[in-house]
Amino acid sequence: MFEDLRDLYQEVIFDHNRNPRNFRVMDNADRKVDGFNPLCGDRLTLFLKMSGDIIEDASFQGSGCAISTASVSLMTEIIKGKTEAEAEQLFEIFHKMTTGKDEEIQLEAVGKLAVLAGVREYPARVKCATLAWHTLDAALKNQQQPVSTE
Amino acid sequence: MTNFPVAKIRADFPILAEKIRGKDLVYLDNAASSQKPNAVIDSISNLYRYDYANIHRGVHTLSVRATDKFEAAREKLKSFINAASNKEIIFVRGATEAINLVAQTYGKANIKAGDEILITAMEHHSNIVPWQMLCEQTGAVLKVAPINLQGELLFAEFEKLLTDRTRLVSVAHMSNALGTINPVKKIIALAHAKNIPVLLDGAQAIPHMAVDMQDLDCDFYVFSGHKLYGPSGVGVLYGKQALLEAMPPYQGGGDMIRKVTFEATEYNTLPYKFEAGTPSIADVVGLGVAIDYLNEIGMDAIAMYEAELLDYATEKARQIKGLRIIGEAAEKGAILSFVLDRIHPHDIGTMLDSLGIAIRAGHHCAMPVMDFYGVPATARASFAMYNTKQEIDVLMAGISDLIEVFG
Repeated sequence: MFEDLRDLYQEVIFDHNRNPRNFRVMDNADRKVDGFNPLCGDRLTLFLKMSGDIIEDASFQGSGCAISTASVSLMTEIIKGKTEAEAEQLFEIFHKMTTGKDEEIQLEAVGKLAVLAGVREYPARVKCATLAWHTLDAALKNQQQPVSTE
Repeated sequence: MTNFPVAKIRADFPILAEKIRGKDLVYLDNAASSQKPNAVIDSISNLYRYDYANIHRGVHTLSVRATDKFEAAREKLKSFINAASNKEIIFVRGATEAINLVAQTYGKANIKAGDEILITAMEHHSNIVPWQMLCEQTGAVLKVAPINLQGELLFAEFEKLLTDRTRLVSVAHMSNALGTINPVKKIIALAHAKNIPVLLDGAQAIPHMAVDMQDLDCDFYVFSGHKLYGPSGVGVLYGKQALLEAMPPYQGGGDMIRKVTFEATEYNTLPYKFEAGTPSIADVVGLGVAIDYLNEIGMDAIAMYEAELLDYATEKARQIKGLRIIGEAAEKGAILSFVLDRIHPHDIGTMLDSLGIAIRAGHHCAMPVMDFYGVPATARASFAMYNTKQEIDVLMAGISDLIEVFG
């Protein structure tokens, strides 16, 4: 069933969709930014706890499709313990991985996030995967206003 | 099944023979736009090949030919909706432009600060935003009649909102997000009893049923050609002649004038007063051919066949555990909006696409409707005269499979 979609919907994605990690409100968050995809109605709130320039904790709330839920769930896992600069660098690599054309994908640099590389073949779904990261980017830049994909 | 000639109709639509992702196309996104028969496709290229020039201008043969074909399409549209006169058929880009035209001409001339415009809670954004813009410009107030969970207009509430300040009622004949067919004749009778004009947004209704302006007695009726098996980029504003005569023009330019000097301009007569600039000539001609095609089949036969399809799909959908139908009005057109437990509509859309099934996933340009049901989006299968029960079986099997895959 759905053989053609195996690159897009990998088991890791189903797993994170069923059991999102770090899915909780963070009361003592230093940064809190809303992300919204008006096309499909995906909404998330990202919480960050900072320790100097290190992301000490990350969590989220919201609702979205499997791709966006898995993307934000995986992101909160991978950015914990990273510096702001390292997280920004991951954002750059992730962005290239999901939207790039011929650029070489640095799969080894993104670790588990590589399961989302499949969206580049589905232009209508790229924003599902990148919403979390645009929201993180805004949080790192300490922006308060909500992020919209449109 | 009736003896509706669905196989013959399917053969007329070349795209239905295409493979999508290696699978037979099952096209169930007709409420967004329908596919086109060969007759329509050919009419457009033939016009450009053999009969094309600008209309209403030249004395040369091609201009006369193009003008004749263009005006013949107007005549076909007039008969199709049983308007009283060709002057009441204004060609526009689509239903959206038609509503904007009425808001910015009739609305600006007749609606003042403190006046009210009444719509319903199931409207498409195109029947909300133009009125909000008018309200901003004039100080008028937009009132919204509520619906129940079945997706039906609460008629008593609607009646209460029809006040001495109401200057216009604008409602969907059929809802694009829910499929609800509104009790438009009752609405019109009630509004007319208070001398309030009524605009019907017919974009969804007109592909599915016969509409008759004399029978409905609405003041304005708007629709797009592209949902009616015709080309995109053309639609119709119907208005009662007396109202259209009294309205100021919409856009200024060529074709809408009788005499221009730098001091003053005398406007053209109807319908040209509202048709500034060179229109989408080939698309208007193509829409006329789509009307011929539909007349041959018959709108009543189409309505009966689609009602069977909807009943079949609804019955099958109800058997799927975890599926909730959004919009279960007693009077409903061929639209099945639904959500699945814990599976987002966009995932449904992508998964069904991999099986060659085209549905719409999203808010259907009706965000207030989504808010009312507390869902971010729905999946929507919308049926047309060329769809079959077998295709509905493919859809339902796909839904069952994706529920299993998501676990």
